[in-house]
Amino acid sequence: MAQIHLEVVTPTGPVVSDDVDLVTAPGVGGEFGVLANHAPFLSTIKTGTLSFKKDKNTKYLMVSGGFSEVSNNKITFLVESAEFGHEIDVDRALRARERAEKRLAQAQSQSEKINRARAEAALKRALARLRTAELAKQ
Amino acid sequence: MPGLKDVKDKIDGVSKTSQITQAMNMVASAKLRGAQEKMESFRPYSAKFAEAMRDLSGGMEGADLPLMEVREVKSVEIVAVTSDRGLCGSFNAHIISTVHKLIKQYEDEGKKVSIVTVGNKAFQGLRRTGKIRTSFKDIMGTFQMFNAREISQGISEAFIKGESDQVDLIYGKFHSVAVQKPEVEQLLPIKPVEKDEEAEEQKSAVSGAYIYEPEPGEIMEVLLPLFLNVQIYHAMLEVGASEHAARMTAMDNATNACKDMIAELTQLYNKARQAAITGELMDIVGGAEALKG
Repeated sequence: MAQIHLEVVTPTGPVVSDDVDLVTAPGVGGEFGVLANHAPFLSTIKTGTLSFKKDKNTKYLMVSGGFSEVSNNKITFLVESAEFGHEIDVDRALRARERAEKRLAQAQSQSEKINRARAEAALKRALARLRTAELAKQ
Repeated sequence: MPGLKDVKDKIDGVSKTSQITQAMNMVASAKLRGAQEKMESFRPYSAKFAEAMRDLSGGMEGADLPLMEVREVKSVEIVAVTSDRGLCGSFNAHIISTVHKLIKQYEDEGKKVSIVTVGNKAFQGLRRTGKIRTSFKDIMGTFQMFNAREISQGISEAFIKGESDQVDLIYGKFHSVAVQKPEVEQLLPIKPVEKDEEAEEQKSAVSGAYIYEPEPGEIMEVLLPLFLNVQIYHAMLEVGASEHAARMTAMDNATNACKDMIAELTQLYNKARQAAITGELMDIVGGAEALKG
């Protein structure tokens, strides 16, 4: 099967660089899949789960905020953070979720819009971590 | 002439100081390696980012992007990034004096100035101006992307609200282990990236037109705040490396100064010892002569 080169790059260095069969990513306009020889494509990425398939093995990555670019049979993700599902600290993510929910409840008033936005972002990250860890376990 | 014991104590003191400066030098050089690695691993990310910004800049003409809005400049915000700790020569002092110069220049032009400090030394050095709006302290040691995000969020909010019309970033750029200089960059409004025609042609010859999702303008709306994060993170990385390099040099100088001082003091000590011996000999000879009588 034809393969596409996948690269996941974060500010702390590259996380993945491999030839894979299929990439599924959380685009802003919805989840999208990329196969080999995809047309040039650029999309922003929201916090969520990125998965890629190679030799019938699927791996899951939690990614947060960034964008992806497809060109010349190569897909590059530029994201602020990326963690493999099996590396995620589930307890920490659970605690983070609790904390974010609490902060969200406290910051209901309109004047605390900024705090609310931050708490929401934190909650999204925690949920994405939990979901990715769950998927990786299966 | 100082007493023998005084000189000996002084020599001991100076050699202990030199032990400390030598240790600090070694710690700084080890940390410098870490900081340089961090810079190295950030490079692919920032390079890719710049490339994407260039690709996109074509599609965003006419788009109404708040972070790129050019207004008449009435108030300027200065973001000063220094290290948290001192003992690194004139590194921080240079950055702070550059900030002072900028403040004066802007005020002479009749503009209002506010300051955001990153790092303890920037806060200490600029506190007396009374212009500090926000300060971030004790984050230069183990900062991550989210620290940069926190800083850039505050800055862009003020810019969008119209509290500042221009934002400048000042940090200590790492040129080499021996050279670190203050660098001033305009952070906001973000300037459109110049198109590189040649690279553009090559690219379109290979890959054809891009499919954008969502529209380029909307992508830019997401990308611009990220770009701000990248720039601030980059400045913090530069300062991190510069700080350790500057400290290495400063501590090396200090160690050398200690060695010189020890050499001088040892000579003084030997002279004093010789003088004492000579004095005693004179006494003995004098006494013997008197006894012969």
